[in-house]
Amino acid sequence: MAEVEETLKRIQSHKGVIGTIVVNAEGIPIRTTLDNSTTVQYAGLLHQLSIKARSTVRDIDPQNDLTFLRIRSKKHEIMVAPDKEYLLIVVQNPSE
Amino acid sequence: VRWPPAGFTHGGQTMAAAVTGSGLLQTTSSVHLNVSVQCFTLPPPLQKSCQTNPISTKEASLQVSAVSEAGTQTEHRQDQRVLDVDLGPLLDYPDLGEFLKRVEGIMIKELKKNWRSHAFDGYEVNWEDQNKLVSCLHTLQYPAALEQQLQVTAVTWNCTGSVIACSYGRLGDGDWSTEKSYVCTWNLDRRGLKPNHPDVIVEVPSSVMCLAFHPSQPSLIAGGLFNGEVLLWDTSLTDDPLIGRTGLTPDTHTDAVYQVINLPWPQGNKLQILSISSDGKILVWQMEKEGKLTLMDGFALVAHQIPSNTRINKHGRGDSAVGGTCLSFSHFDQSLFVVGVEGGYLLKCFSGAQTSAQTSAATSVPLKAPAQFTFSPHGGPVYSVDCSPFHRNLFLSAGTDGHAHLYSMLQAKPLASLNLSDKYLFSIRWSPVRPLVFAAASGEGEILFCDLGKSPQKPSWCIKQTDNGKPVACLEFNPSQTQLLAAGDANGAVKIWQLSSDFNEQGAREMILLDDIARETTD
Repeated sequence: MAEVEETLKRIQSHKGVIGTIVVNAEGIPIRTTLDNSTTVQYAGLLHQLSIKARSTVRDIDPQNDLTFLRIRSKKHEIMVAPDKEYLLIVVQNPSE
Repeated sequence: VRWPPAGFTHGGQTMAAAVTGSGLLQTTSSVHLNVSVQCFTLPPPLQKSCQTNPISTKEASLQVSAVSEAGTQTEHRQDQRVLDVDLGPLLDYPDLGEFLKRVEGIMIKELKKNWRSHAFDGYEVNWEDQNKLVSCLHTLQYPAALEQQLQVTAVTWNCTGSVIACSYGRLGDGDWSTEKSYVCTWNLDRRGLKPNHPDVIVEVPSSVMCLAFHPSQPSLIAGGLFNGEVLLWDTSLTDDPLIGRTGLTPDTHTDAVYQVINLPWPQGNKLQILSISSDGKILVWQMEKEGKLTLMDGFALVAHQIPSNTRINKHGRGDSAVGGTCLSFSHFDQSLFVVGVEGGYLLKCFSGAQTSAQTSAATSVPLKAPAQFTFSPHGGPVYSVDCSPFHRNLFLSAGTDGHAHLYSMLQAKPLASLNLSDKYLFSIRWSPVRPLVFAAASGEGEILFCDLGKSPQKPSWCIKQTDNGKPVACLEFNPSQTQLLAAGDANGAVKIWQLSSDFNEQGAREMILLDDIARETTD
């Protein structure tokens, strides 16, 4: 379990990273560095969005699959690494 | 023989029958009875009665067959975090470590890539329609000034940002005129704002060229007249708002006053007003008792005392005055200001200068020569100059050549020159919020917004203030409600424009871009 924490710490300490969240297949957050309400909001919404994004990619080409999701917004960049069991969400400030 | 029972004596009739019976007995027996009958009447018995209404009673009953009770209670938990830092490692999630190991590489790669990327810098999604960027909230006019066909010469916001003042006069008219003009104010936050009826109207005997609210006292306005006088009004006084004037003394400007500034750093709580005029003098007035503005300090711009890094004194005699048209103080250094002159030059000036000006003008206070550095000129007189509120070295200027110049204090040549209009540019102002944005008022009746981050050579947005192509003479951003912009035009109207949030939010990298622009040199 220590290596899980260390990996998360490594990601969190990267430049500009605001928060890191790990979400399970049900959309329930299981690790977070953000406060509770923000975590729940991010987890729920991005879980739905990645499912939608994956089905979009696979509907276009059944041979294809979603590997990574980046969302650029005015304030942040949200990065989602999907997997069959978990989602890793990292929120980063845009470059300064 | 029996006496009738005692009970019978109560009824008179029965008593009489008993007496008769005694008589009959006398006939059948030998008993002699001496019967004496005494008759008396009894008083009628008292009879009283009362009765209650019948009381009706009923009986009924019911019963539920079964009763059940239930209760519930939640416990208040202080720590509602889904994942506690301490709790986290205790919960075992299968394959979580492997998952993280799988995605860590790609995530770190993307984080690095994003941090270095400038792909989206300055990119803005246009979710809304273009014309929603700006809307006109009010069109303010004073009917008497419209009748005289006066133009709006200056607008100014007060320090609270709720009152707009405008002055009327004539810009194109070179004659000494005794035609009266007006200063009007409207309070935009007041209920029942009447666009054609100003809250305060001050009549002024000469054309008002410039106007400025005090930076901290919301009712004080300074104004400069075409005849060289400087006036100070207090709009909170209802009968006579004029509280200070320079009068026409030898100290007074001998030509039109083009700009007045209320100095925000009064000494000894006395109001100080700075004025610049085309007679080549920059004078500092102090408010004294009895409504007198007296000269405290002054500067004179003399052709041959102007630094000779450019050929400003090519023409004319050496001691001829150089008419100043506009002035802007640095936001970072109180003693530094930039002056625009009629010859199209811009001068960096220092208020602490000690060199006395070699001028023939006789004033009660010796005038000094403030110019330290000359910037390369515009193609015509400069009408407006504004120092950046975000960078100590940057300032903008605009003039009759239709160009807006962006200068650095450190070099003579402009960093950028934008041809914004085929006619004149009358006024130029930095946005108080967005470091890269400025607005300019053009002779074609337009207000042009430029974003140096987006397109450094042409205006990013343009709004039409006048339909008939009459020039816009002045514009000011509201200092406290930064989404508002006021602009006055030659039709005599002041329009209050509401700017969209694009103008109100500083972008992520604007300050860095501004620094980059300031660091550029054209050499």
